[in-house]
Amino acid sequence: SVMATPRADDWSWFPALALGVSFLKCILINAYHSTDFEVHRNWLAITHSLPVSKWYHENTSEWTLDYPPLFAWFEYSLSHVAQHFDKEMLVVQNLIYTSPATILFQRLSVIVTDIVFIYACFHPDIHFQYNGFLFGILLLSVARHLQGRHLEGALLFTVLLNLKHIYLYIAPAYGIFLLRSYCFTKDNTDGSVRWSSFSPVRLVALGSIVISVGALSFGPFIAMGQLPQVLSRLFPFKRGLCHAYWAPNVWALYNMVDKALSVLGVRLKLLDVAKLPKASMTGGLVQEFQHSILPSVSPSITLICTLLSIMVMLSIWCRPRGARGFLRCLVVCALGSFMFGWHVHEKAILMAILPFSILAVESREDAGIFLMLTTTGHYSLFPLLFTAAELPIKVLLMLLFTLYSFTSLKKLFRGSLLNPLETTYLLGLVAVEILCEVVYPLSPWQHTLPFVPLLVTSVYCSLGVSYSFIRLYVSLLRQHGTDKHKQL
Amino acid sequence: MENWSLVSICVLFGLTARWAVSLNSYSGAGKPPMFGDYEAQRHWQEVTYNLPVHEWYFNTTDNNLNYWGLDYPPLTAYHSLLCAHVAKLINPDWVELHASRGHESYGHKLFMRATVLVADLLIYIPAVVLYSFYLSEGSNKKKVCTVLCILLYPGLILIDYGHFQYNSISLGLALWGVVVLGLGWDVLGSLAFVLSLNYKQMELYHSLPFFCYLLGKCFKQGLAGRGLFLLVKIAVTVLVTFALCWLPFLSDPGQILQVVHRLFPVGRGLFEDKVANTWCSLNVLIKIKTILSTDTQLYFSLTTTLLAILPSSIKLLMKPTLWQFKLALVNSSLAFFLFSFQVHEKSILLPALPVCLLLNDLPLPAIWFLQASTFSMLPLFLKDGLLVPYVVTSLAFLFFSIYLLSAFEHCSEDKLRLGPYRRLLICMPRMDLGRVTKWKFYFSITAMAGLSFMSVALAPPDQLPDLFPLLVSVFSYLHFLGLLLYFNIVQIAEPLQSVRKNQKKSN
Repeated sequence: SVMATPRADDWSWFPALALGVSFLKCILINAYHSTDFEVHRNWLAITHSLPVSKWYHENTSEWTLDYPPLFAWFEYSLSHVAQHFDKEMLVVQNLIYTSPATILFQRLSVIVTDIVFIYACFHPDIHFQYNGFLFGILLLSVARHLQGRHLEGALLFTVLLNLKHIYLYIAPAYGIFLLRSYCFTKDNTDGSVRWSSFSPVRLVALGSIVISVGALSFGPFIAMGQLPQVLSRLFPFKRGLCHAYWAPNVWALYNMVDKALSVLGVRLKLLDVAKLPKASMTGGLVQEFQHSILPSVSPSITLICTLLSIMVMLSIWCRPRGARGFLRCLVVCALGSFMFGWHVHEKAILMAILPFSILAVESREDAGIFLMLTTTGHYSLFPLLFTAAELPIKVLLMLLFTLYSFTSLKKLFRGSLLNPLETTYLLGLVAVEILCEVVYPLSPWQHTLPFVPLLVTSVYCSLGVSYSFIRLYVSLLRQHGTDKHKQL
Repeated sequence: MENWSLVSICVLFGLTARWAVSLNSYSGAGKPPMFGDYEAQRHWQEVTYNLPVHEWYFNTTDNNLNYWGLDYPPLTAYHSLLCAHVAKLINPDWVELHASRGHESYGHKLFMRATVLVADLLIYIPAVVLYSFYLSEGSNKKKVCTVLCILLYPGLILIDYGHFQYNSISLGLALWGVVVLGLGWDVLGSLAFVLSLNYKQMELYHSLPFFCYLLGKCFKQGLAGRGLFLLVKIAVTVLVTFALCWLPFLSDPGQILQVVHRLFPVGRGLFEDKVANTWCSLNVLIKIKTILSTDTQLYFSLTTTLLAILPSSIKLLMKPTLWQFKLALVNSSLAFFLFSFQVHEKSILLPALPVCLLLNDLPLPAIWFLQASTFSMLPLFLKDGLLVPYVVTSLAFLFFSIYLLSAFEHCSEDKLRLGPYRRLLICMPRMDLGRVTKWKFYFSITAMAGLSFMSVALAPPDQLPDLFPLLVSVFSYLHFLGLLLYFNIVQIAEPLQSVRKNQKKSN
């Protein structure tokens, strides 16, 4: 099986590595826990103490249930174990309840679900979410497709979608791939679609899987007529173009240009300060933002941009390249949605990085793009861990992971994988880190402009991520071009 | 993968594990009025920064020796002074005379933990890397695995980064001594060891092997010529280093006496608290603390200790090779631990260091000992609130070392050097001692896990409130005794003139 994140040819390192990461997670049990901790505690409480009809209406806490129903069922099952650790955590009114037993239970549940899916091992997870487990399902699903077991892959993906709807980003890739490669059983000799080989049986099989999982998950809520409420919780479009901390995508650059222009405009006396909107976007709160100079961006615009960017996916319609091509399109899909999406969370970059790691071991060019993307992407997650106690941990883990990926890929593809410009950019990350964590807090601007480190990090990383996206896009187009050339 | 990157990954992993443990609680956290070792170290920074040198070890109005008076040699005091200067720069409240007593805060904890990390990174970790690459045998992959396994030894991590101490400095300096001696630079090696001795007086446990090794080397080089010259060089180095370390105290003999009095408190009894050595275990059956007078106890312990270390030291004197040296370090420090006066459970780290050096050569017994040593300190960890790190680091160490060092493959009678046991058990010729050892190991680890679980989950009966710590220490004691015997046999059974052809371990 091709199931592996980058590794040296020596197989024996992998179990040791996986074990090592699991143990690091165990040992970090007492490290700082973010608000996500309280989010999940609240969801455990809601699913345990309240009847199903109230789950998506409950709003005692500000952290309302905003994942799809299957995840709610998952929390419900966990809550039955949780009651043996500490019954008090399951009382909805106990906001911000953090007894040691609660912490232990939450962390253990993450670790146990992780160990079951030990493939998802390359991301530091102090920030508390069940990402490891979910990414494990994603990788399993991809693996099934690589092995040709498409129905299983489809099932796993539907389950995943119903657990966390952020995976909607990559649903188009799945959809087109399955439709093209699974429902059409044969291709013409030149690789184009053979319409006559369409298999309705397969389409029905796929459809029934999707519908049945959806029914399992959403069924009770549709029956109670709560579907609009659930959907409004899942897709809260009021939240603003960017998250409190700008994810390093195109909109971060857009915001930056807007801010720079407005500051320039004020300096050059072309604009009136009083007329500009007061809210600062990266003040640490989730707010709606109006751009001052450049045109405002609405959700529909982001949708159009995203769709345009992933149009290239249609190349697998024209000339499918089997599971490898699917993987490539998956990555482009995830990355495109990350780049242009509405209210993207920075953690979404992991959705692009993980499948990409499978591709990175197979081609030199991919390895180069991967190193850029993964280093920048992981660095962009640093602001999520901001206590002084965790600073050494995140720096050490980052160094550990970067060193490992660089040296193992270097060994795989003899020679240097990055050009000098890219290397300089990555070394610049060190400078940015020192600036943000050490120099800036000691400077006088720390109190007046506290969001500057976040801004700098986000803009610097978006340069790297955009660059990787462009290169990946170009490589896909080039592939498409050579195919067309061969056809002629 | 290239060596340097693999080693860097191992070191980074070890550092991450260390810092992750340091996020937990420390000794005496939130327990006034005395607190614990953490407060002691902070207090020494306060004392050394604010008071003149000649008052550090004396009972004065400003310096109450009953509240964590300095009881380590001068290098510890100088190190505390250095840390205090840094602390003063960051936050003067931390070392304010009298006012900072019992100070506990988030920032201060980060600072203290950082000082341990810096010392570790500068002294202990480089020594481990150098030892693995220059003095251990095997492929490059094996050497990297050795680095990782030594760095993952739970006992040192939990005591230094959990409980809070600076053992990595004294053990690191001693390890530098071993490495440098192994490379053949005798004078520098003795310098390193003297520095280590001047950091913690417990390093005396290691002093006899260093002495016998160097003396043996001098004898080998001929006492009439080069040997004598070497002896003189070493003696001069030792004396000069001692003088330099004790310089501020040399002006007044009263000072020297007081410091010595603080370092070796002979007024206290044979043992305090539960510790996995002979006297405490014997006390279970015969109350020797009450039967014998303090003086008799002292002589008794002295005699047994000397008897225990004699064979190993003489063998080392006759055959001063690196292999013998490592084994003698184990045997001497373990014997001191088991039979000496006023031994604390943390002193098990002293034999643990040389056993780490044996991980490459005798993996299974070394892993067994290291795990037993961690287990023996369980009551201390429970008191400090370090249960989770204890479990995780122990499991990690066991898995990694057994897997990476192929401990169960090197389990034959020959590899384990069980020849003399074979001769003793002449009545049972069919028994495969290698298999027996493996099964004993499994049983032992399971028993340790069981006892750990019981110590946490069950409450002891009212008549025997100390039941679990006692069980832990007696169980560990039996292990240490058995392993003392084993390591002694391995050292002494080796022939004086090694046959170069097939001997793996001749140096």
